[in-house]
Parts: sequence; C-alpha cells; structure tokens
Amino acid sequence: MIVALSFYLFATILIASATMVVTSRNPVHSVLYLILAFFNAAALFLIAGAEFLAMILIIVYVGAVMVLFLFVIMMLDIDFAQLREGFQRYAPFGAVVGGILFFELLFVLGAWQFSTDAADLRLSPTPPGTTNTEAIGRVLYTDYIYLFQLSGLILLVAMIGAIVLTLREGQNSRAQSVEAQLARLGRVENLNPALGQGVATADILRRRPPEPPPPARIEREGHH
Amino acid sequence: MLTIGLGHYLTVGAILFVLGVFGIFMNRKNVIVILMSVELILLSVNMNLVGFSAALDDLTGQIFAMFILTVAAAEAAIGLAILVIYFRNRGTIEVEDISALKG
Repeated sequence: MIVALSFYLFATILIASATMVVTSRNPVHSVLYLILAFFNAAALFLIAGAEFLAMILIIVYVGAVMVLFLFVIMMLDIDFAQLREGFQRYAPFGAVVGGILFFELLFVLGAWQFSTDAADLRLSPTPPGTTNTEAIGRVLYTDYIYLFQLSGLILLVAMIGAIVLTLREGQNSRAQSVEAQLARLGRVENLNPALGQGVATADILRRRPPEPPPPARIEREGHH
Repeated sequence: MLTIGLGHYLTVGAILFVLGVFGIFMNRKNVIVILMSVELILLSVNMNLVGFSAALDDLTGQIFAMFILTVAAAEAAIGLAILVIYFRNRGTIEVEDISALKG
C-alpha cells in the first residue's frame, strides 16, 4: 500500500519534471528539473530493489554529469531567446511523432508476455541472503569482468578526448617550439680554428648578427 | 493497481522515452536541451532494465544499466566538450548552423 502510493508519487514527479526539462524556457531550469527527475528515478529504482544503481544514479549522474551540464551552460554566453524560435513550429510535429511512438509502445506492452521458461533462462539470479550491492559485486567482478574493464577504458578515452578537444595552449607556455627552432638560419656555424691559438686571434669571436624578428607562432590545432 | 509490478515500470519508461523523443523535436535549435533529452531516453532504458531485473530477479539487467550509465557519462562529457569548442569557433550553438561538413 505505502509502496504503491510512493511509487505513484515518485513516478508523477518524475514525469512532470521530465516534461519541464523539454519545455522550460531556460536551460538552467531544464538542468535543475533533470536533477529532480534523476532523484525521483533513483527513488523508483529503490522501490524496485536496485539500491546500488539508485545510489550510483545520484552520485555519478547528479553529482558529476549534471554539474558538468550546469557548468557548460553557465560558462557559455548563449542567447537563449534566439534558440527558442523554432519551438512553435516543431511542437505539433514532435507531438505527433511522440504520440505514435507512445501508442506503439503501449501496444507492445499490452500484447507481450513472458516466455514460459523465463525463470530457467536467467543468467545471474540473486543469491539468497545477499544484499543487492554484494550480489552485483559478485557478478560484476567475475562474469562481467571484461565488460567492466572495457567500460573503464571507455571512460579513459572519453576523459582524454575531452581534454584534447578543449585544451587551449597558453600563450605563456615555455614548451619547446621545434618548428621555430629548426627554422632559424645562419645562427650556427661550424668553424675549424687552429690548435693553441685562442679564439681572439683566429677572428672567431665575432659579433652576432642582428636578431631577426621571431617567427610567427605556429598553430598546431585548427580549432582555436 | 496497488501492487507495483513490471507493467508500472514499463509504462513509466515508455512515457519517459516519448518525452525524450518529443524534447529532441521541440528543441531543434538548442544542442544542450537535445543532450538532456538523450539523457532522459537513456534513463527510460535504464528504467526498463531495472524493471525487468526486479521482475525476473535477474541481476544482469542491473549490470547492463550500470554499463549504460558509464557510456552515457562518457557521451555527455564528449558532447559537452564538442559543444564548448563549437561555441568558441562560431559564437552560437544553433543546430541548424552545424552544416560545415555538408553531410
């Protein structure tokens, strides 16, 4: 009873806030509503018994990804009023497509049923007497270890990609500019003075030629 | 009606999915809201997986939902990075302007 009531409460708030995500005028409000939606989805996961996923959803999604969205929206100086122009034009089309999709999903839901031997086809049923987190850990680090490592690799690639994409080389960087160094002409001469004479008499000790202007800074990336 | 079963989760997932698709159509110009709609769609997929996992008492659904969360986090990071450099170049994030490649 109380479970059903809380399910309906959380589901209602989840759907309402998801609606606000796609219809609100200000993207900052959209992100905040999305955070509310994730909290309510985590509550629904808790009702379903998936405690670990619920906590992951709040910690990883609300704590990292949504904050990233918020940072980007607030960092970029975007004219949001201009972005709203096509809203009225596309709304009927989107409503038609969404309605068709929803009724198709309802038909699938109504006509579908479990296979009779579904209980025998389970890959990893929860061992009796274990909590959800413990059971997930037992499966995740044994049966799915390669997928687990692969998801770590995906995160590493995403991290390196994001850094490479957004890194702007500072103008004060002391890094070696190999192209500029190799492009210097007439600055290094190899001489062959006689032994024991000293550099002054051999006329080696000359004034340096006047400094040419430094070469223009070479752009390494095209996306500055 | 008062016992929560698989059908409830699937219905919530379907509504969330439709809302995500609707959001992509509604906000044709704003890449950020499109990315958020994609997050909604992925959340609905997770809702379905968790619902089935609870109904069948099979942990595989929850493991898959975790992997989906991982990939969605990576996708959000890369998408926002692309958005930042696009804004640096063009000064706007209108989707309809993104046609430099003439795909």
